[in-house]
Amino acid sequence: MSGFLSIRNLTVRLKSGVTILRSVSLDVAQGQVHGLVGESGAGKSMIGKAVLGTLPRALQVTGGEIWLDGENLLALPHDTRRKRIGATAALIPQDPLTALNPSKRIGPQITRRLVDILAWTRSDAEARALELLGEVQIPDPARVMRSYPHELSGGMRQRILIASAFAAEPKLIIADEPTTALDVTVQKQILRLIADMQVRHGTSLLFVTHDLGVVSKVCDTLSVLYAGKVVEEARMHRFFMRPIHPYSRALLAATPTYLDPTGSLTPVPESVISAVEEEVRLHDVRFGT
Amino acid sequence: MTLLRAFLIRFVTTIVTLFGVAVIVFVVIRVVPGNPIAMMLPPGATDADIARLEEQYGFDKSIFEQFLIWLGGVMQGNFGTSISLRQPVSDLVLGRLPATLELSIVALFIAVAIGGALALTGTRYRDTKTEGAVDVTAGMALSIPDFLWGLILILLFGVLWPVFHISGRISPSLNIDFSTNFYLFEALVRLRFDVIADLIGHMFMPALALAIPLAAIIAQLLKQSLKETMHLDYVTLARTKGYGENYVITREALPNAVLPTLTLVGVQFTFLIGGTVIIERLFSYEGLGNMAIDAVINRDLPLIQGIVILFALLFTLVNLFVDMLYVILNPRLRHA
Amino acid sequence: MRDARGEVRRPIGLRLWLSGGWLTLLVLGALLAPWVAPKDPLMQDLFLGRMPPFWVAGTEPGYWLGTDSLGRDVLSRILYGTRLALIVALVAGTLTCLIGATLGLIAGYYRGWPDRIISRFVDIWMAFPPVLFAILLIAVLGPGLVSIIIAIVVIDWTRFARVVRAEAMSQGAMDYVASAQVAGRTRFGTMLTEILPNVLPTIVALLTLEMGIAVIVEAILSFVNLSISTDSPTWGGMIAEGRTSVHQAWWVLVFPLITLFLTVLSFSQLGEGLKDRFDPVLR
Repeated sequence: MSGFLSIRNLTVRLKSGVTILRSVSLDVAQGQVHGLVGESGAGKSMIGKAVLGTLPRALQVTGGEIWLDGENLLALPHDTRRKRIGATAALIPQDPLTALNPSKRIGPQITRRLVDILAWTRSDAEARALELLGEVQIPDPARVMRSYPHELSGGMRQRILIASAFAAEPKLIIADEPTTALDVTVQKQILRLIADMQVRHGTSLLFVTHDLGVVSKVCDTLSVLYAGKVVEEARMHRFFMRPIHPYSRALLAATPTYLDPTGSLTPVPESVISAVEEEVRLHDVRFGT
Repeated sequence: MTLLRAFLIRFVTTIVTLFGVAVIVFVVIRVVPGNPIAMMLPPGATDADIARLEEQYGFDKSIFEQFLIWLGGVMQGNFGTSISLRQPVSDLVLGRLPATLELSIVALFIAVAIGGALALTGTRYRDTKTEGAVDVTAGMALSIPDFLWGLILILLFGVLWPVFHISGRISPSLNIDFSTNFYLFEALVRLRFDVIADLIGHMFMPALALAIPLAAIIAQLLKQSLKETMHLDYVTLARTKGYGENYVITREALPNAVLPTLTLVGVQFTFLIGGTVIIERLFSYEGLGNMAIDAVINRDLPLIQGIVILFALLFTLVNLFVDMLYVILNPRLRHA
Repeated sequence: MRDARGEVRRPIGLRLWLSGGWLTLLVLGALLAPWVAPKDPLMQDLFLGRMPPFWVAGTEPGYWLGTDSLGRDVLSRILYGTRLALIVALVAGTLTCLIGATLGLIAGYYRGWPDRIISRFVDIWMAFPPVLFAILLIAVLGPGLVSIIIAIVVIDWTRFARVVRAEAMSQGAMDYVASAQVAGRTRFGTMLTEILPNVLPTIVALLTLEMGIAVIVEAILSFVNLSISTDSPTWGGMIAEGRTSVHQAWWVLVFPLITLFLTVLSFSQLGEGLKDRFDPVLR
């Protein structure tokens, strides 16, 4: 299948030579939610960063293609690419406490880019921001627009970031562990909010998380990433019924909420990990890394 | 409530500091072995003449009594009479203060402009040779004190390529009547561009000499702070919104990076003002510092006393101003 | 990131060599001045006044860097001036460091009332313009080597006290210090064995920096004619004379100025280099 966002054989390396992503391919279909699962350090956040062009300076893309809306981003000149991303994609970041500029009021943080990049009028942008803040269920949006980030709670700030992500009606949103930094009670509300907003706006969503339980609630398809490599790509239903890859099976067994909410946690067995590592090693040999 | 408390503590420590400065200067200059009064009089003066003058200036009393008399005068705004110039100290000192203030403020502007530009350039081209060049430049500029920069500038722009005046504050040939001693400010208000050009021609080198070390500190601190800010999530988020590097640095990172450097720059600015003493001497600039050195050489005790207290007051005010600016610029404190 | 930082740090070896080399040259010049100086630094010859340096046509052989208005040899005066500059740098620098660092260590580690008293004094000192304070002290003490050294120590001890206090305070808050005390070490012992070694790289860097500053302060005092007796050669005195005749005889200003410049730069670069080399947890 070929999606709205289609990543083909993406390879990312540290400048020192260590490979972070090994020939990663995945697709996010139009209007669908694709989960990207893996343990921390597997490189899942780097995929999102590679798409958005915000990889840390020490990392570089050494191969592959990133197709967004029929255009290979990696083939575009730097400035064109940045503007294309700004107009068609958006990010819901992980930590709402650090993702808002502490020296600016909330209003401009949502409206500025609409005016600067997309050439909206100020009043249109402000009306849009008010509307969206209402949509993400923020009480008294007009007052919040005038507030500074430190005056708001973490949950509020995440709602604002969600509203801001949807402000320009992007066709793709990348949510990078959007609930990890929040309280458990707030997590559920935010998750439901993201899912609702996605359905209402028909946006394609790449949902990056380490939590299979979360994926099971919001995603249509998913990819499992291990050590910088996609080990399984599947539709949700099939994945949870018949996971193919041993690492996927182990991951499922280690997730208490889905198959057996009362059961004990089963750690990923050593044998599985060594098997996957062997596979990754073989891959490296094959692709000459 | 806490703000009021902080203000009161601040006020008390300021008074203690100024009092301490006064005591130290008083004690230090009164162990002078030479007799300043004897130096003032012609060689043939009798002991009676000396005694009369000593009484007039109060030098016949004990240090403690002298201090109390002086303090009593200060409370009424009377800082005594200069021995060498025979005018009230407050008139002399306030007459020279504008020259030093103008010099310091022009130097501050130059320092912020150069230092800020270096910091922004270093951040824009971080982890490249350009950043390395900024680091080396700032490191060199910082290790050389203002006095040496002044001499180097005299050689460069006074001798090798004589474009600036190397001494004085204004060309005597201009012959213009100022109603205040803030020449530059007054010339700006009156839009006398010829006078402004002449004043800047005199002021540029001393101001630049004072500014270079401060510019280097600003470049180092601000660049450090900017680079740390550039890793934060809101900067990354701004990038995904389609903003370019220049916008991200100046609009997203800069306002937050300025705050942590502000307090340190404030302290460094007081060092800059302290540097005017020797720089004014070097460029024969008619300011407070130049007068201070003359006062020391002439053993003019009341004048020294007045100038040192004024400097101390100036330093305290700068620190107070910086603290207020910090509160104004920081939204967290502004609403607290 | 790490790679780039490594690249930036590489020139330090060169930096240490260059600054160390220049300072060694100065020490040799100072020690061997009577043998290497081509002329008597005090010898005046009014017929040879303001002779340009050797590469300019029409000079007297033997006066390599020219002469001042009284016909004294500039090179010889610089060499003899080095003696005073280096003595001031070593003695004043070391004394300032000992006094300032000790007070800073006590204030930062013991906290409480010793800290309050020392910090109050530091605040008062910070309200003085340092150059004016030094000039005032020399005026009171009378010119001379001892007065210069006293003046430098008195105006600059706060530099050490401030920095060392802050470092000792942050070190004192760390766990290993607490565990050393639980292990039964006395407070004073902990200060010397646990705190001091960690603050030492900073102290060393500040010390070499202070030596450069001491040289400058001496030059400034000579410049306002308050250093030691007027006829003995000092860099600052030469600079003061050169400043007045800069349009007629630039070399009288330029050569002592270059010497002073390289010396101050070397002291500070040596300090930075040593700090980078000996600080186990750099930045």
